[in-house]
Amino acid sequence: MKSIILIILLLCLGTTSAQAVQPDEILADAALEKRARQISRQLRCLVCQGEDIDESAAGLARDLRLLVRERLVAGDSDEAVLSFIQARYGDYVLMNPPFKPQTFLLWLTPLLVLLGGFVFVARHVQLGKSARHKAGDV
Amino acid sequence: MKRHFLALIPLAVFILLVGLFAAPLLRGKDPAKLESAMIGKTVPSFTLPATVPGGDVVSDAQLKTGDITLVNFFASWCVPCRAEQPVLEAIAARGDVVIYGVNYKDKQEDVIDWLRKYGNPFRAIGFDAEGRVSIDWGVYGVPETYLISKTGQIRYRHVGPLTPDVYNNILRPLIAELQK
Repeated sequence: MKSIILIILLLCLGTTSAQAVQPDEILADAALEKRARQISRQLRCLVCQGEDIDESAAGLARDLRLLVRERLVAGDSDEAVLSFIQARYGDYVLMNPPFKPQTFLLWLTPLLVLLGGFVFVARHVQLGKSARHKAGDV
Repeated sequence: MKRHFLALIPLAVFILLVGLFAAPLLRGKDPAKLESAMIGKTVPSFTLPATVPGGDVVSDAQLKTGDITLVNFFASWCVPCRAEQPVLEAIAARGDVVIYGVNYKDKQEDVIDWLRKYGNPFRAIGFDAEGRVSIDWGVYGVPETYLISKTGQIRYRHVGPLTPDVYNNILRPLIAELQK
C-alpha cells in the first residue's frame, strides 16, 4: 500500500511543470535557452490568457517563443526582448503588470486592506481597554 | 446593535465586489477582446508578397498614400472570417475606405479557392505565411481589422468578425472623423 502511494506521489512530481516547448525550438546554447525559458514564463499567451507562452500549446505562443529566441540570438538583453513584445501586445502580455499610475490601485490594494485591518484591530483593542477601565471604575 | 452592523460588513464588501466584477460583463464587454497597444502608432514597416498570383504586394507604403484604409487579417481556415466577407464587401462597395487583406498562416491554393467562394473585397492581399508580420501588428487571432488614417496611423482595432452593427456604430463615425 505504502509503495503504491509513493508511486502516485512520484508520478505527481513529474507532472508539476507543463512543457509546451517543442524539441525543434530549443537553442543549442544552453545559457541562451535558459534565458529564453525565463522570459517565456513572464509572457502571457493572449489566446489562452491564463497561461504563459512557455506552457501554452497555442500556435501564437510557439511563434512568440521562437521570436524570443530569435531576439536573444540577435544579442538583445532580457529587458529588450520583453519590451519588444510589450510594444506590440501591450502591458497585458506581461504576466506581472508593470507598476505605474494606472496600476497603483492594483498593486496597493493588498497594502491598503492590511493597513485597514491594523487600524480596525487597534481601535478594537483600545475600545476593549477603555470599556474594561470603565467597568473597573464602577 | 452595533455588533450586528459590523457583522454585515463582509456581506456588503462581497456584494460590492460582485457588482464591480459583473458590471463590465453585463455591459457586454468580452474579456477575451483586448485593446490594441498599437492604437495611435504608425503602421509597422513591412512588405508581404501577393497571395493571389499577379496581385500587388502589400506594404506599409500603400497605407500612407492619402486613402483611409482597413487592414483585415484573415485565413481560409477561420470560420468567423467567412461570416464577415459580405460585410467587408458592402463596406468596399461604399467606397469610403480601401480594404487590404493580410492572409494569416494559410495555403495559397486554399485561400484562392476560398476567395472565389466567399468573395474578394480586397484591393490587394499580402501573404503572411509565418505570421511574423502579424505579430508586428499585435495580432493575436483572426479575424482582426485595423482602421488606418490617411497618413498611416492606426486608429482602431476590431477583434472578431465585423458586423453591420460594428461598422455603423463604431467604424463609420471614426471614418467620418478621419475624412475631415
